[in-house]
Order: sequence, then structure tokens, then C-alpha cells
Amino acid sequence: MLIVLPLIGTLLCFLLPRQVKALGLMTALAIAASAVALLWQLLQQGAMRYSVGGWGAPLGIDLYADGLSLLMLLITATVGLAISIYANAAFKLDKLVHFWPLWLLLWTALNALFLSADLFNLYVSLELLGLSAVALVALAGGSAALGAAMRYLLVSLLGSMLYLLGLALLYHSFASVDIAILAQRMESTPAVWAAMALMTVGLLLKTALFPLHFWLPPAHANAPAAVSALLSALVVKGSFYILLRLWLEVFPLSHAAPGQLLGLLGAAAILWGGVQALRQTRLKMLIAYSTVSQLGYLFIAFPLATTMAWKGAMYLLLSHALAKSAMFLAAGNLLLFGGHDRITQLDRVAQRLPLTLAAFALAGVSIIGLPISGGFIGKWLLLTAAMQSGEWGWAVVMILGSLLAAAYIFKVIGYAFTQAEVTHEACEVSKTMGATAFVLALAAIVLGLIAPWLLALMDIAEPFAMSSAALNAGAAA
Amino acid sequence: MSEYFELPLLILASSMIPGLIIFMLPEEAVRTRIALNMSGALIKVMLVGFVIWGVSNGQQYETRLPFLPGLDLVLKADALSILFITLSTVLWLVTTVYAIGYLENSPHRSRFFGFFSLCVTATVGIALAGNLITFVLFYELLTLTTYPLIVHRGTEEARQAGRTYLIHTMFGGALLLLGTVWLYSLTGTLEFTQRGFVSGLLPDHDNSLIIIFVLLIAGLGVKAALVPLHSWLPRAMVAPAPVSALLHAVAVVKAGAFGIVRVIYDVYGIEVASTLGVTLPLAIVAAITVIYGSVRALFQDDLKRRLAFSTISQVSYITLGIAVAGPIATIGGLVHLVHQGMMKITLFFCAGNLAETLGIHKVSEMDGVGRRMPLTMAAFTLGAFGMMGAPPLAGFVSKWYLGLGALDAGQDWVIFILAGSSLLNAMYFLPILHRAWFREPMHEWPATHYLWRRETAWALLLPPLFTAFLSLLLGLLASLPYSPLEWARFITSLQYAL
Repeated sequence: MLIVLPLIGTLLCFLLPRQVKALGLMTALAIAASAVALLWQLLQQGAMRYSVGGWGAPLGIDLYADGLSLLMLLITATVGLAISIYANAAFKLDKLVHFWPLWLLLWTALNALFLSADLFNLYVSLELLGLSAVALVALAGGSAALGAAMRYLLVSLLGSMLYLLGLALLYHSFASVDIAILAQRMESTPAVWAAMALMTVGLLLKTALFPLHFWLPPAHANAPAAVSALLSALVVKGSFYILLRLWLEVFPLSHAAPGQLLGLLGAAAILWGGVQALRQTRLKMLIAYSTVSQLGYLFIAFPLATTMAWKGAMYLLLSHALAKSAMFLAAGNLLLFGGHDRITQLDRVAQRLPLTLAAFALAGVSIIGLPISGGFIGKWLLLTAAMQSGEWGWAVVMILGSLLAAAYIFKVIGYAFTQAEVTHEACEVSKTMGATAFVLALAAIVLGLIAPWLLALMDIAEPFAMSSAALNAGAAA
Repeated sequence: MSEYFELPLLILASSMIPGLIIFMLPEEAVRTRIALNMSGALIKVMLVGFVIWGVSNGQQYETRLPFLPGLDLVLKADALSILFITLSTVLWLVTTVYAIGYLENSPHRSRFFGFFSLCVTATVGIALAGNLITFVLFYELLTLTTYPLIVHRGTEEARQAGRTYLIHTMFGGALLLLGTVWLYSLTGTLEFTQRGFVSGLLPDHDNSLIIIFVLLIAGLGVKAALVPLHSWLPRAMVAPAPVSALLHAVAVVKAGAFGIVRVIYDVYGIEVASTLGVTLPLAIVAAITVIYGSVRALFQDDLKRRLAFSTISQVSYITLGIAVAGPIATIGGLVHLVHQGMMKITLFFCAGNLAETLGIHKVSEMDGVGRRMPLTMAAFTLGAFGMMGAPPLAGFVSKWYLGLGALDAGQDWVIFILAGSSLLNAMYFLPILHRAWFREPMHEWPATHYLWRRETAWALLLPPLFTAFLSLLLGLLASLPYSPLEWARFITSLQYAL
């Protein structure tokens, strides 16, 4: 249902460009409703496996939903719905005609990705995701956007290629691509290592982990605001999700060298992204580099590999999705109103758009990881996990990253308070656009209050169990 | 589960809800805003009065909300929190009146009062926090809500001051968080407990505990303006006068000092802290701060900057009293939490009046100002004498106990610090008083335009008079039941099990 709905929506939007606004919004609402329905179902019965057309694995296509995929679907639905509303208010009809089909296609890809139970299916949805994302970046037009989109396309294809290569190796060794079956048959051979390395590098490229992040800032900064929000909030998370599945279930490792390496790269990303963000003079570039930095946090969980660390990373992922999309939408409003996004000259604009500014500030709170916000919970869990493993080096890096985040966020907010001439020019930014950004930011804050409930959701079918079991086995041995 | 589960939440809500509504009000809705502010402040005073009555009759007030697995958000009214919460509630009421008068006709009032209310909410949250995580939560919230108040004027100078403030407090917050996480990973609990919860770790984790102590105290010391972490405070003086008054007397600086008290008493416990040998270094740092602040205050011509350095010095009395680690000095330190607040807020109100009514910002411009604004300067004089520690004012009571306590604990050197500081206090306050009362004015004052030839608006005049009167009463009636002194004695008896 979750995959078919947006696909139908895509086709309809493609066929009936006049009604694109209403059709798109209705589809978005329907998808959100079915995501909630899935939540209900999972709460009742626990994890679900569904075979499309009645053909089970290893032959047919299997869909699988546990706590992890449920949360990803829910967050996609939340952010997606808000961005849909925003886009309807922000884009003119000629843009919307292109936006809606592409966006619903992207949504299809995301939902399929989060529900797939086999690696080949994941590949298909990953490819679909990349292509529709590239097309959305190009939507802005102009040479900068096209250049960024081209670069993004090449990176995306390269990433998928590497993934496919690794997948072929795995299939050759085990004659299956189903995650559960692979997990049972997994053994440590050179071919498997090569496959895992190829797939991981491909996915890292798509997730833009330092030093493979070079394509992200231009692509995210040059796209239209609604698209930037989608890219930063959801698209990079898609490839991260596959990575998580791979390392958690197919190839559960205790804190061995690859985990450490990923952690180190993550730490480098936190610091490098933070420093680069601080150096930017343009708001959207700043936010894009902040994404590079925040993605680094997710990888700190790999060397720690305890249940608490995974949950912390997931929590950060969720709150980052909300906060970052709010931030990009807010930046889009400021840009639209002021005609520029130079940080030092934001005061005039900021004073006319208090709701947008509030959205930015609240989102900033979560990005920095200050209480009360989802970002704080995530960082607290990661920090505690690091301290409990006695690896306080990671903790120090995370704290430094937070300080950097505080520096670049408040660099923006500080200029919002300076006195500027009060002007009375016409305001092109509608109430809806400010409100959607604000609601998303508020949601990031609310995540800080419902932690016990959300963490319990993550436990449906215990997606982290294998990793911690491996860790315990490693500790015992 | 206690009988009055919601009460602490209500105390928080009584300032948070008006604050949030105020954000949404248009700039012109002056009356609604005043009504909201005042009713919130009054309701809070009543609630706190009810809690005081309950606690002294042995009633328990505790709110516990699930926050993280194994960690709750706890709001609890114990004896120590009552001390701080009463101070902040009463002074919030007074400062709200003052701020309404002070900011009349200035821009962005909705923003100002919104954050002002949230700032008080955070302070009250700090006071009520029943475990370290709740404390950290509200501590960071306080940073966030005071920042807009400091940069409120919107000048380049204000922005820079805000930046300095943030750099300091964010850094402090990070240290505090690191210490908290570390402590949690060692103990698995963060609940504030009478006489500490870390004693079980003692022989094995000595070094970790000492490092955690340093982290926590450094994090809190930023807000408490311990030297060398103090330099944000004098710069933050660009904020409007009500903000400075609240920052110095209640909110930020006191939150830091209060946190230090909490860490030493309810996290480590005084015995463990003494065993670890961390109290003496802290006492020395506090003593250095006391002297350093006073010396710097001597050389400031800007009135508010002089007061700021005086705050740095005076707030460290609290830390000093705690760190000397004897029961009597503890009483002195705790009671100074209240007394300093009352006196310092008076001084800042007066400084604000001078600036607002006559445009006086510098000490050198204050010649003869006592004749033009006698009531304001009378309040100022009371506050200044209190700071010097002249009997029978409130400041004398705290210094008396601090001195006695130091002797009692065998730390005789503290006496010299106290005496030296009093001397320095006299050296920087007396010239101000001399100028104000005994010199001829340099030029004609602007004509008064208030009814009945008052010196300034009611809303500006009454608050300093009220707080000056209170600081006189606190000194005179120090040994009555329910006075801060008696309350501090009660807390000390719990801590030292006397």
C-alpha cells in the first residue's frame, strides 16, 4: 500500500497536470494515513513480513517492516506531508507540474527502500531514489543548479554501481539476496569482505560521509528550498538506512576495524563539516555543511555498536530529519523575502518574518543538541553509550561538534537581533510557508519529550539485537 | 507518588504559559501584556507561598515524568529549592513591575517579555530540579532564554556581548554535560540525594570523581562568574537595566552558584567532597574571585560595570561559604544567596533609574544626584551599605556567619579575605555615595515631568524602595521563623545531620 499509493499518485500527476496541486496533496495525505495504519498494525502484532503476489523468498519479492523501518516511514510521512504543503504554497504551477511527479516518485522509492527485505530490491529503490533526487535538484534551473545536479548524478550512479558490484559478489557466494537468508549463511571469506567493502563505499558515497561529501553542499544549497529539505532530511538517510541494515543484520560485527574506521570518518565529518559551516557566508551553504557534520554523528554508533548507541544514532537521524527540513524551509523563506541569503545582512528580513525565524531557532536548538529536543536525546544516548564503553574520545568529539554547531547556528541568529530599518515592502512569503517550517521545528522539539515511547517503538522485532549479541560474544571471547 | 503531584508543574506553568502567549501578542497590546505578566507573577507568588507552608509541615511535592529509559524528569520542592525559588519568585514580581515602567514605548516588547517569562521559568526549573539531568536541562534553557535579552538592544555592541556570553556559557554547558554523562555512566543514577549519592564509588574511582567534580564546577562556574571564567558578565551589561538586575540577582549568576551548592551537597555530599580534597581548592578559587572582583570594581567609571564586578565578588561569597565546609559557614553562604540578590537588585534598579531619568551612566557624572533623586539614592545607599556588610543590614548577617564559620572550620585565612573585601567594597561604594550626597551638581537637571514633582515614574521608583526595605528587614528580623537565615540553618542541619 505504501509503495503503490505514491506510484499511482505519480502517474496521475503526470497525466493530469492541471489538477496537480490537489492530486498531489491527496496522495500525500493518503500515504501519511497508511503510515499511521502501519504503526497501528505493528503495535498490535509486532514485525510484519509480506510477500508480494504470494511468492515468498527466495524467489519472490518480500516486504518486511520492523520498528526501524516503521520509524523511517513515519518520519518520511511527516516531513513529506509538510514539504508537500510548503511546495504547493511556494512553487508556481509550471514548476509544480514537474515537482509533484518527481517528488511522489522519490517518495515511492523511499518507502520501497524502507520496506525491502532483500538487497536487490534495495538496489532498485536506491537507483530510483537517486535519479528522482537528481531531477529535483535540476528543477531550480540555472547553471549552478544544473552543474550541481550533474555532479550529483555521476556520484549517485557511481555509488549504485559499487553497490551492485558488491551485491553480485554476495549473490555469487550465497545464491540469495534476501537479508534474513544471507544473515544465516554469512561467513567470513575474502569475497564477502570485498563485497561488503564495495557496497559500503558505494553507500557512503551516497550518504556523503566525509571525505566523500564533496558533492553534497552544492547540490543541497542550489536546489529550491523544498527540495533541499527533502534531500537533507530524507534522501541521504535512505542510503544510511541500507548501510545500517547491512551492518546490523547481514554482517553483524563486533567493534572490529571497519566499525572503528567508520567511526573515525564520522568524527572527522563532525569536525570538518562544523568548521566549514562556520566559514560559510551564505545561509544555505551553511546549512548544507551542517548536514555533513550531523551525518557524522550517525557513524559514531558503528564503533560503539551497543543497543544504546544504535538507538541514539536513530534518534539523531529522526530529529535531524525534522530539524534540518525546518531549517531549509526557513532559509528558503528568508531567501525568497530578501532576495539573497548573505548571513550578515539577514536582520532586515528576519524582523519581518518572526515565525520563520522562530522555526530556524527551534530547529537550531535540536541541531546543537540542547535540551529539550530530539537532538539532545540522541546525543545523550550516544554520549552515555560512549562513556559506558569507556571510549570517552568519541564523547569529546561529539561535544566539540555540538559547540561548533552552536557557533554556526548562533552566528545566524545573532544577526537576526541587530536593528535594521523597518521596511514595508510586499511580503511574498505566505503564512503557510512560515507555519510549515515552524511545525517541523516544533516536531523536532517534541521528539525530546516522547523519548520513552519512541525508543519502545524502535524495539519492535529488536533490529539491534544481533549487533549487540555479536558485541557480547566478542566481549566474552 | 506524592499527594500534590502537579504543584511543581503549575509553578513552572505560571510563567511559561504567559510567556508563550505574550510572543503571539501584537506590539500594541500593552494592557493584555501587563495583565498577563502581573497575573502570572502573582499566581506564582501564591503557589510558592502554599508550597513553603506545605514543606514546613512535612508535605512532599514531587513531579516525576518519564524522560529517558531509567531517567525521569523530576521536579521536587525540598528545603534548598524553596530558598532559591522564593527569591526568584519575589524578585520576578518586582522586576516585572520595573520592566514594564522601564521599557515603556521601546520596540520589541512582546519579544522581550516573552523571553523574560521563559527565563524565569528556567530559573524556577533549576530551583526545583530533583536530579542532575533535570538541572542540566533547565540550565541550558536558561542560556537560551537569556541570550535574546542580552542582545535585546540590537546594537553591534550588544551582539558582541551576546557572542561572548554564548561562547562562555555554551562551553560551560558542554563541560557540565560531559561531567553529567560520565557520572551517570559510573553511578547509573543522577537523583539529588541528601548528603550525596557517590560515596559507594569512593576508594576505586577517586580520580574519576575528582575530574568529574572539576568538570561540573567549571561548567557551573561559568555562570557563577568564578575567575577566570567571569569575563562575559561585565560585557553583558549592555542589556537593559531590568535584565541586568535579574541576571545578577537571580537568574544566571545565582543559577551557577545554586548549582555549585547542589553538586557539593546533593551529588557528592560534603563529607565525600572533603575526603576527595576538592573543597579547599574551590575555596581558594572563590577567595581569589572575591578579591579580584572588588579590585577591578575600584577602577570602573561606568556605574553598571562597577556593579558587575561587585557581583562577581559577592556571588563568590556563596561558593566560599560552601567550600569552607563547616556548618556555620554554610549558613552564611546559603543566606547570602538571598541577601546578595536582594541588595544587588536594588542597586541595579537604582542605576537603571539614573540612566533612564537623567541619562547618567558614569560614576563621575553622579555629582549631587542625591538632591534630584533622593528616594532612589536612599535605596542605593541602603544597598551599598549592605554590600559593605554594615550592621544591621542583610549583608552583615551573611558576613558574620561566614567569618564565624571560617574560624569554626579552622580556616582562619578566610577572615582576611572577608575583611579585605569589605574594605574594598567600602572603597568603591563610598565615593559614589559621597558624590551623590555631598557634591554640587555639575549642571541643571532636566525638569521633572511627573505628577506631584516625583523624581521618576512610580513603576521605576517603587521596586528599588521595596527591595531596599526588604534587605533592611532581612537584616533586622534575621532570626524570626521563616526568615532566610532560619531556613538556611534548617538546610544546614539536614546536610550536617546536626
